[in-house]
Amino acid sequence: MRNVGIVGVGHTKFGKSELPFIDMVCAAALEAMDDAGAKTGNKNVINQVFVGTMGAGMVSRISGIASAVVDTLNIRPAMAETIENGPASGASAIKLGYMAIASGMCDCVLVIGAEGMRAVSGWEGTDFVATMLHPESEYKYGLTLPAFAGLFTRLCMDQYGLESKDLSIVSVKNHANACKNPCAHIQAPVVLERITNKAYINATNPIVADPLRQYDMCPVSDGAAAVLLVAEDKKADLGFGDKKFVKIAGIGSATDTHVVANREVPSDLLAVRISAEMAYKMAGVGPDDIDVAELHDAFQILEIAESEEVGFFKRGEGHIAARNGETALTGKKPINTSGGLKAKGHPLGATGVSQVVELVRQLRGEAGERQIEGAKTGLAVNFGGFGNNVVSTVLTTK
Amino acid sequence: MGIIIDEMEGKLRPPTIGLKPYEAKVIPLTTGEDMLVREVTYDELPLLMETIEPLMKQPKDFYDIVASRIYAELLGMYRYRVQDEYCFVGSVDGEIAGIVNGRFVNEKVGMSYHTMTLKRGARVGAQLFAAKMEYHFDFMNQEEVWIVAESPNGFKRWMIEYELESRPHCPHELGGVPTFVLTRALWEKHKANKNVGIRPAFEEVIEANKVLHKPAKISV
Repeated sequence: MRNVGIVGVGHTKFGKSELPFIDMVCAAALEAMDDAGAKTGNKNVINQVFVGTMGAGMVSRISGIASAVVDTLNIRPAMAETIENGPASGASAIKLGYMAIASGMCDCVLVIGAEGMRAVSGWEGTDFVATMLHPESEYKYGLTLPAFAGLFTRLCMDQYGLESKDLSIVSVKNHANACKNPCAHIQAPVVLERITNKAYINATNPIVADPLRQYDMCPVSDGAAAVLLVAEDKKADLGFGDKKFVKIAGIGSATDTHVVANREVPSDLLAVRISAEMAYKMAGVGPDDIDVAELHDAFQILEIAESEEVGFFKRGEGHIAARNGETALTGKKPINTSGGLKAKGHPLGATGVSQVVELVRQLRGEAGERQIEGAKTGLAVNFGGFGNNVVSTVLTTK
Repeated sequence: MGIIIDEMEGKLRPPTIGLKPYEAKVIPLTTGEDMLVREVTYDELPLLMETIEPLMKQPKDFYDIVASRIYAELLGMYRYRVQDEYCFVGSVDGEIAGIVNGRFVNEKVGMSYHTMTLKRGARVGAQLFAAKMEYHFDFMNQEEVWIVAESPNGFKRWMIEYELESRPHCPHELGGVPTFVLTRALWEKHKANKNVGIRPAFEEVIEANKVLHKPAKISV
């Protein structure tokens, strides 16, 4: 297989987008193309566009977004497909872009992840996200993702001694990181005492899905992110010779039971574990080689559990590492330097691409105040469903 | 002539049931800042109106209609043309973070007017709304407060979270929209989780909020 890497990245400011959906998607794409120096019209070298989105058709009422983007960007006749894989749509789109180039079918692929979640009310948004649950065994009984995360958290509390305050510690860290990220949805610091003090916790940090509180989960955001992938052996020919090349060293993806209740150990995230192992193996690295990671913290419990499943910490000790500051910017294993889904935001289809954009910025040394000194290798974990479809990606500049 | 004008003005001004003072309190914000909630003085009303005036053209999240209505309500208070209206301000280091107002229909019934947040994302609006309900029930010993909402955010915060009683034919002064009611029983049920604050307010926080000023930038 050919080596594949990233030469351009783009990222809109997450939050409530003032742009129409197609314009938002194209804004991220154009930023990535500008970053790489890619041209349009008869100078276009992009063979293929993949757009990862979970609900462009359902929520934003725009189907066939990839076709629309190619025309809007004036890069016809590039091939175009829209990719849907729940909240892991973004990373799946990158995986397909990688496969297209590695196989030799394409030399240059533009991958965009996007979602316009604020087009509908919060209730409609929650319902839309819940459509990825099992229709007969889960959805029709009113289960939602926050409900699952609450149940999962309770299990972890019972098994590992995790406390509500541990979730808040992760939240405070990610809010602090987001304050250093101009693309983040919420750029406001949060003080631990203010969201944990029993005297006023129910007012400052109310229960949403017991035991989860408001600061234990991500906001609802619009946003788009994009990466331009090229074959290393064609990089110079395509006009990207002087661009920094961040290699996609490994990709793994794995699935788990659709019905969460059917899992042998419901507190395990098997698809995270397997996909990370696949990505490590392909890249020839292990958890100790990872300098910076973006983990899918739609709920703070997931950052803790994923940090264990990908091998950073022993099972049941992720929350202890967070308590000790090991996952902070200054810690030995920085996680979610972007602010994570918690504070950077979680526009479903955009998230997997956004995570990779953050890693590229870290590995290029362009992450500003949140830069991890000397970062060479990064891991992104994009989590779909309630863990039934996960994509892990290892990037490196080594 | 002056005496006649004074007499006319006296007849135009509404009577009062006699409002009790609201004791200021400090509300801890998630950002780590301390917000002081206190009654607005008569002399501060023009500053509040000036602060919200630009929002009268901001359609996002119904800020335009809420700002326009608060402006009119505060003007009515300033010109002595509304009976028993009150206004509280939430401020951080003197910077206006939010405004709430309402009035008293009679000794037993209150009428909530509006809640406007200028510092978003720190639950300022939720805290200020609770503060005004505290005033109606715990300071003025009222039986119920009539409430309407212009925005979906308001509907979620008040109608759903406080489980307000629907009384669509109740004549709220904001007119037309369905009225909901916070009864004393509902207040007693929810206030422990909704109404927070530290009293007596810290001296340094009171001092820091003696002089109000507009936010340098209002991002709604």
